[in-house]
Amino acid sequence: MPNIRLIARLDVKGPNLIKGVHLEGVRVVGNPGEHARAYYKQGIDELLYVDAVASLYQRDSLAEIVRSVSKDVFVPMTVAGGVRGVRDVEEMLRSGADKVAINSAAVRRPGLIGEVSRRFGSQCMVLSIEAQSAGPGRWEACIDNGREATGLDAVDWAICGVALGAGEILLTSVNREGTYTGFDCELVRRVARAVPVPVIASGGMGTLAHLRQVVVDGAADAVAIAGVLHYGRLALTDIRAFAEAAGFCVRR
Amino acid sequence: MLPRVTVADYGIGNLRSVLRALEACGADAALSSDPEEVAVAERLILPGVGAFAQGMDELRRRDLIEPIQSFARTGRPFLGICLGMQMMLATGHEFGTHAGLGLMAGTVEALPVCGAGGRPHKIPHIGWNRIFASGGWARTILAGLEDAVVYFVHSYVAVPELAAVRFAECDYDGSRFVAAVRSENLYGCQFHPEKSGPTGLRILANFLALA
Repeated sequence: MPNIRLIARLDVKGPNLIKGVHLEGVRVVGNPGEHARAYYKQGIDELLYVDAVASLYQRDSLAEIVRSVSKDVFVPMTVAGGVRGVRDVEEMLRSGADKVAINSAAVRRPGLIGEVSRRFGSQCMVLSIEAQSAGPGRWEACIDNGREATGLDAVDWAICGVALGAGEILLTSVNREGTYTGFDCELVRRVARAVPVPVIASGGMGTLAHLRQVVVDGAADAVAIAGVLHYGRLALTDIRAFAEAAGFCVRR
Repeated sequence: MLPRVTVADYGIGNLRSVLRALEACGADAALSSDPEEVAVAERLILPGVGAFAQGMDELRRRDLIEPIQSFARTGRPFLGICLGMQMMLATGHEFGTHAGLGLMAGTVEALPVCGAGGRPHKIPHIGWNRIFASGGWARTILAGLEDAVVYFVHSYVAVPELAAVRFAECDYDGSRFVAAVRSENLYGCQFHPEKSGPTGLRILANFLALA
């Protein structure tokens, strides 16, 4: 009976909670702190904050959100976006984050994965992979919110990242993100079977059936849920009840 | 008066999360890396994430090993969290063999790489799991929390020598491991109460209420 984690993914831009399609074309949804507190009260297992503007600017606003939320939200929080070095990780942890997820900076300088993992423990170093379909059974890792292709095979990059010290993989399907058409289960399964660390499936959750598919067919260890929660299409209590009925072990 | 608690600051781990959770429980909580303050604290929490040897090195660098050991002999309430619990044991076997604080006899070992049925499972173990009593929980930090579900993230587990200090257990995919230890007022938990939602806050509140 798989024991899965339900993770609320909150993409933020400046002070706002946003939602896009394929990581682009964003719309403002609301206040990230209010959503986070509401999900905590409903029993979310973890929160994942993603700074959508790659944080060339406005990174302080993400740290500010995390600082404020961590005063009354007591579940693990992961922060992604704009983390370039050990000092950025330190700042995020000081603000109240428990883990950081790194994409672009790790692609540009893979040695960063080992630096973060040695300094803060591998449980703190989540490798974020934005995977874009590149033909049947192939995916390419992208950076900068799916905008720039890297030439790296997503599955190979996951294996490499874990060898370098990543303790968890956040795997986002750029093709499915924001579409509500279901997870890319083949992608998730390929990565989840290839690495010994937990894999968080992200991108595509539109219905309860999608959750079952990505756990059963995709072998996901955790599931990131965004739009359906933010827009109230699905309630966390119903998601959990469904997961239990499907035979998954979830927090009660 | 607010219950006072000192959180040992040795430059490792999610210290802020622990502080905030204690504050939410109504504690007067302060970080300290001062050996003197640590030794005379009313209550002491040793948090921590990361590797065993690095944790011990950071404690040593700040001259905190002896103050923590002497605090532990006073009988005042002590709580080690995650790596903080593992370091309570005598010996760690993570990346070599390293001496721990020695507050309890035993070792720290890697989680088995395979689960029930001999299939490999994910390491680190990250997730919410039920804990089971192995020993009475009345008037302890786990009072009233039978079958609680708490948050774990770890690759290693404590293996205490004395069965009597095994206080709670957990099952990860068929591997039974020690989720919490207790010897009088010395407590250690492998899970993270500061990240275990309202259940975790109750555990911390129970700790603050220990005499």
